[in-house]
Amino acid sequence: MAANKSGIAPLTVTNMTVAYQKKPVVRNVSFEVTEGELIGIIGPNGAGKSTLIKAILGLQPSLSGETLVYGKPYKTQRKLVGYVPQRESVDWDFPTNALDVVMMGRYGQLGLFRRPGAKEKAIGMECLAKVGMADFAGRQISQLSGGQQQRVFLARALAQDATLYFMDEPFAGVDAATEKAIIQLLNELKRQGKTVLVVHHDLATVEQYFDSVMLLNGELVAYGPTSSTFTEEMLQKAYGGRLTFLKSHANAEDEPVLIAGRG
Amino acid sequence: MSGFWIMLTGALVASCCGILGCFLILRRMALVGDAISHSVLPGIVIAFLVSGSRDSFFMLFGAAILGFLTVFLIQLFQQSGVQNDASIGVVFTSLFAAGVLLVSLNAQHVDLDLDCVLYGEIAYVQWNTLVLGGVDLGPKAVWLLGITLFIIVVLITLFYKQFKLCAFDPALAAAIGIPVALFHYVLMGLVSMATVSSFESVGAILVVGLLIVPPATAYLLTDRLGAMIGLSLVIGVISSVGGYYAAAALDASIAGCMVCVAGVMFVLAFLFSPSHGFVVRKLRQRVSAAREAY
Repeated sequence: MAANKSGIAPLTVTNMTVAYQKKPVVRNVSFEVTEGELIGIIGPNGAGKSTLIKAILGLQPSLSGETLVYGKPYKTQRKLVGYVPQRESVDWDFPTNALDVVMMGRYGQLGLFRRPGAKEKAIGMECLAKVGMADFAGRQISQLSGGQQQRVFLARALAQDATLYFMDEPFAGVDAATEKAIIQLLNELKRQGKTVLVVHHDLATVEQYFDSVMLLNGELVAYGPTSSTFTEEMLQKAYGGRLTFLKSHANAEDEPVLIAGRG
Repeated sequence: MSGFWIMLTGALVASCCGILGCFLILRRMALVGDAISHSVLPGIVIAFLVSGSRDSFFMLFGAAILGFLTVFLIQLFQQSGVQNDASIGVVFTSLFAAGVLLVSLNAQHVDLDLDCVLYGEIAYVQWNTLVLGGVDLGPKAVWLLGITLFIIVVLITLFYKQFKLCAFDPALAAAIGIPVALFHYVLMGLVSMATVSSFESVGAILVVGLLIVPPATAYLLTDRLGAMIGLSLVIGVISSVGGYYAAAALDASIAGCMVCVAGVMFVLAFLFSPSHGFVVRKLRQRVSAAREAY
């Protein structure tokens, strides 16, 4: 399945600057993503990775910057965009079950007054099945493990049926089974020609998971294909003084290969 | 007949508050209801001074404006870095104090009884009737609360999915284009309306009880939002009916008894709820501790 809207970049961001109070957190970031890629956004803590995503989605006011989705302003293209917030951003004690959360992914398509019905339920079940959670559809969400909650969030993003996805640390604090499920799902999305931007923390798996890498440290340090961008030199630029810590990571290169061998 | 009107008024107050309270406690804003119920006082006094009448509709208007102002100020302070609870405390006590000041400054013109604002008097509801064209249409409070409940039910039913998503995951709601801030203000506007229309009958303090206690009880009894709202309504109505009979038996404050009944139901749910109850939880912990052994 090839890209369906070839020619126009799924996402173009120009001169994005975001500041909390006065201190800019994201400075003058511009980039354009290629359709059908899995893109990892990495950088040290406080580099503005989540902030950048939120600013692109209009959840965080930006001082300057423009976001184009398939060549048009984001506000007119919302239905093409799916979002997976950080798991900790919601209250998992909320009185609802897994299926209901997944159906929330359809609310954007339902418009102002329509209520979710049988069709949404069917889509929700299908998406839960894709992340291996069909058996937990009726489970109260607080009764799910962290990894299962993350999978419910992913299923909700699938239900949005978008072509461009933003995921904020989907791998944070999940078990091995969930990590594998997520990466299978990302590859499935890629096969369908969809584009996914993922905020990621684990440097050891970057080369294995992503086609392109964005290195962020307030400003855009580097962006490009993983093979040419995820280099020690660039990482040093992005992570600065934490290089020694990084080197020990870079040396342990056989670890991700091992994981790949099992997958 | 008087008993009927009192119970009906109580049930209407409880219904208005019960629906809205569910969303308030799920958004962890229970105390915003408390804040609104107090800070509308200057609005009521100003509306009275301007209009010169004690007509409920003028007061409702003045109070609603102050309700919005309260929410707006709380939001403003929070965004400027004041702690959540501190900004709520600052805003509502200051506005309430301003209201008290306004009453005392205009004591000779103002025939407003502070006790009545704070504690209300549901027993007098039946004497203040709405007369249109010489026809007695029943207590004013019932009409006012009925209209308020109607507006609440219509808005919450129409925009149920939006209110739900804004409560659960405002980030996703905003990302898919739901005007989160607008729904926040609509909810707060409804809370202001409910508070103000309940004023005369149960008073500022007990309105908060009915806004929070029945939804908090319902929260302990179910895992679904729809059921939580339904249960909250039922618990509210039981509180007002039960409270009326308890008050009659004890010859005590009716509104006070209503909230006490709600409080008793909360304690029962806290202890014996099949899903979240203290007793069941302890039992379950013991079972899972045994199972953990495998």
